[in-house]
Amino acid sequence: MPTGEKSLLRFVTTGSVDDGKSTLIGRLLYETKSIFEDQYTAIEKTSKKKGLKEVELAYLLDGLAAEREQGITIDVAYRYFETEKRKFIITDSPGHVQYTKNMVTGASKADCAVILIDARNGVLTQSKRHGFLISLLQIPHLIVAVNKMDLMDYSQEVFSRVVEEYTDYSQKLDIHDIVFIPVSALKGDNVAVKSKKMPWYEGTTLLHNLEKLNVSADRNLVDFRFPVQYVLRPSADFRGFAGKIVSGTISPSEEVVALPSGKITSIKTINTYDGELTEAFAPQSVVLTLNDEIDVSRGDMIVRKKNLPLIESSLEAIICWMNDEPMTINSSFIMKHTTRSVRASVKSIVYKIDVNTLHRQPAETFSLNDIGRVELKLAAPIFFDPYKINHATGRFILIDPLTNKTVAAGMIRDASRHVEDYVPAETKEGVKQKKSPHTVWRDYHIGLAEREKQSGHKAVVLWFTGLSGSGKSTIAMKLERQLFERGYKTAMLDGDIIRHGLCSDLAFSTADRKENIRRAGETARLFFEHGNIVLCTFISPFKEDRNFVRNLFDTGRFVEIYVDCPIDECQKRDPNGLYKKARSGQIPGFTGIDSPYEAPGKPELTLDTQKCSVDKCVDVIEEFLLKRKMIAKPKK
Amino acid sequence: MNSLSLSYLRQLEAESIDIMREVAAEFKNPVMLYSVGKDSSVMVRLAQKAFYPGRIPFPLMHVDTGYKFPEMYEFRDEFCKKIDATLIVERNEEWIARGCHPLKMGVDKCCSYLKTGALLDALRKHGFDAAIGGARREEEKSRAKERVFSLRDSFGQWDPKNQRPELWDIYNTRINEDESMRVFPLSNWTEKDIWQYIKSENIPVVPIYFAQEREVIVRNGILIPVSSCSTGQEYTQTDIVHVKTKKIICRFRSLGCIPCTGAIASKAITFDEIISEVRTTTKSERENRVIDLTSDSSMEQKKKEGYF
Repeated sequence: MPTGEKSLLRFVTTGSVDDGKSTLIGRLLYETKSIFEDQYTAIEKTSKKKGLKEVELAYLLDGLAAEREQGITIDVAYRYFETEKRKFIITDSPGHVQYTKNMVTGASKADCAVILIDARNGVLTQSKRHGFLISLLQIPHLIVAVNKMDLMDYSQEVFSRVVEEYTDYSQKLDIHDIVFIPVSALKGDNVAVKSKKMPWYEGTTLLHNLEKLNVSADRNLVDFRFPVQYVLRPSADFRGFAGKIVSGTISPSEEVVALPSGKITSIKTINTYDGELTEAFAPQSVVLTLNDEIDVSRGDMIVRKKNLPLIESSLEAIICWMNDEPMTINSSFIMKHTTRSVRASVKSIVYKIDVNTLHRQPAETFSLNDIGRVELKLAAPIFFDPYKINHATGRFILIDPLTNKTVAAGMIRDASRHVEDYVPAETKEGVKQKKSPHTVWRDYHIGLAEREKQSGHKAVVLWFTGLSGSGKSTIAMKLERQLFERGYKTAMLDGDIIRHGLCSDLAFSTADRKENIRRAGETARLFFEHGNIVLCTFISPFKEDRNFVRNLFDTGRFVEIYVDCPIDECQKRDPNGLYKKARSGQIPGFTGIDSPYEAPGKPELTLDTQKCSVDKCVDVIEEFLLKRKMIAKPKK
Repeated sequence: MNSLSLSYLRQLEAESIDIMREVAAEFKNPVMLYSVGKDSSVMVRLAQKAFYPGRIPFPLMHVDTGYKFPEMYEFRDEFCKKIDATLIVERNEEWIARGCHPLKMGVDKCCSYLKTGALLDALRKHGFDAAIGGARREEEKSRAKERVFSLRDSFGQWDPKNQRPELWDIYNTRINEDESMRVFPLSNWTEKDIWQYIKSENIPVVPIYFAQEREVIVRNGILIPVSSCSTGQEYTQTDIVHVKTKKIICRFRSLGCIPCTGAIASKAITFDEIISEVRTTTKSERENRVIDLTSDSSMEQKKKEGYF
């Protein structure tokens, strides 16, 4: 393959202290003949000066005097090597000092991550943290190199234990391509040459894996996004827009729209120094000319008319705080997003993620290396896609306007706003271990925010819980009719209807009730994501199950309504004759008769249907929704 | 390779173009440091591509020490004229007049006055807020720690322990009034990439990159070409006779000032021969640059003082 035609792979290496990362990189460079004699001589000199018996390969990577003095790696370093097939850029990310900041910086450009695990120590917290950050940054490929196999007699059992433990952990993460390789960086086993000491290992070497990794499929070639970087006006008759196609492809004569003006035009030419192109694609840097004279300047975005990004000035994002000074709510920043810079302030901290346990916790501030979700308010809208769908338009940095420091890296969440993607299943109550952990979460291509903007109202889930006959359905139906007639998008999920179709395979055991509610909750979520006011009427007797559903939604979007009515009154009403059947033993496990009902501790609303009329109850709910700005006042 | 993927050279090219456009868009008064070498040649071509069909929207500036090879001056003037670039040449006239020379003052001091000092003076004089340089991370281990956008304080100094994190391809270009930015669009290029690109684009370079027979002095194992300035002004021509010189077929891998730039024995006279030599060499590119050899951290030290 001629050198110029080789492909490029950027990968980040990380590991805990003494996992042998420097040795591994040294080995890769050595095996690919990328260490020069004079560089080697220089580090040999330094090693001798330090009184070391052997040449410390780590000095090759520790480019700063302070790093060599202290024997630690302070900052990310870049290394280059190539093989017959590929050119590689290694970002070497130190594992201990300020690991989050460095790891996020180092991994931000990577196609692949290599995590080192010391076979002697097995999976440490640190290795899990690295996995979490890789998942957070959505790096599509992960290679786990289990190092120092030579010190563990090249034991298959040791390797398998690490594989099992890490696989188990990684299922909670959003990582879909993991390869495990047993290596000895020191002796060279399975780094560039297949080891003879581990005949039980059927895979290929680390280098071979890096060479064959297919990364061209990781790009987003669907959504054409062209942030205008620089306007070229060399003469009166040429006006071109210079920039990088950050995703998608484009051809001349395609219809496009310029944001934020919304002006529609079409592509005239795609210019480059080497001639005009008939098709251009990410990540090419080109110059576009348009068929109409419309106002476009730096920071604007050219996109296809039928494939728009989101245009919002308030959004939610996961941010990694990288500044020594902590962040507080209402701090003001400059957000740099594509080629656009806007003022931004943090409206609220939704939660902070404990990187060790992956638990979410409330927080008032973020300090250095903290990661969590925040709500941001911008002075002007930006044009973005959720990070998961489109990395290039879903990421940003925050800059402190006073010090000019880069204080945070951010990834915009989509409108569906779920953390389930990285919070491990067992930390949440009542969630089943996913049986399809490898299915990729796909975001709704029309986000919630966009839907809400169109419909003019918020999406919300109203969850009516209470005994059979308490009045859940009656109130819900009345409310839905009123909302529907006023033009609101609504959906009704009724326990009885669901049990006839979606849940007809379920009975009334605790496990089946749980599953019934889980399905109902997930269904509610689908309607919710499509912008509906979803009214759900389910006895849902168990707190745990209701809380599961609550956790599917953002704070404020799930409204638990306790329809409170004493059992005697319900029995008296008995609209479907169910209590009668239950008492006679025809329906075993009937709530209130021989199965308990756990009343909600802190529902958003409690409706006493013994005292209040249906109309009164409906009014109370409407009042609540009005106050929360979910709906507007009815027009008279 | 399918039609919608870029080879690594084209990826590097796209990245560099993106960086240069960002500089032109975000800074008031940027400049490109033009040192006449192969990296500068590539950088200029990338700038031409970035702003085509327009002109390069910033001047090129050569910080001259007076000790460069005659072929470099000749090439510089012709090249800049041909591509219609604005060229600024700046020198530290005061110290050049005082006869500053590495053999007299020591390599580090000489560099400090004629290169770093002259560079900082020139940036101040013209009020440049961003200077694009051709340094590559692969060249040297402290450069491996550099950012693409590298902040310098009012004295032009680099603070390696306090660098801004650089995420994705979003560059923080903000500076305070007295600060400036150094920008390295070739950060991710290697010597091999540079030659490969020169070949594929047919970019003109100074002819002394190609092998020819030269008279050299062997100093500390380094082949220093014989020239009137090889040994400094206070030595007379006759002194050279006392130093052992020999004739050798050689070329330069990296260009600097004559007294501090060693040649390497080589017979490479075509791009392909150079590429194959670079691919098989066991020595790094800067092995023959005296300025890097004074200590294990000499480059870091120079960068901290304001060198690029």
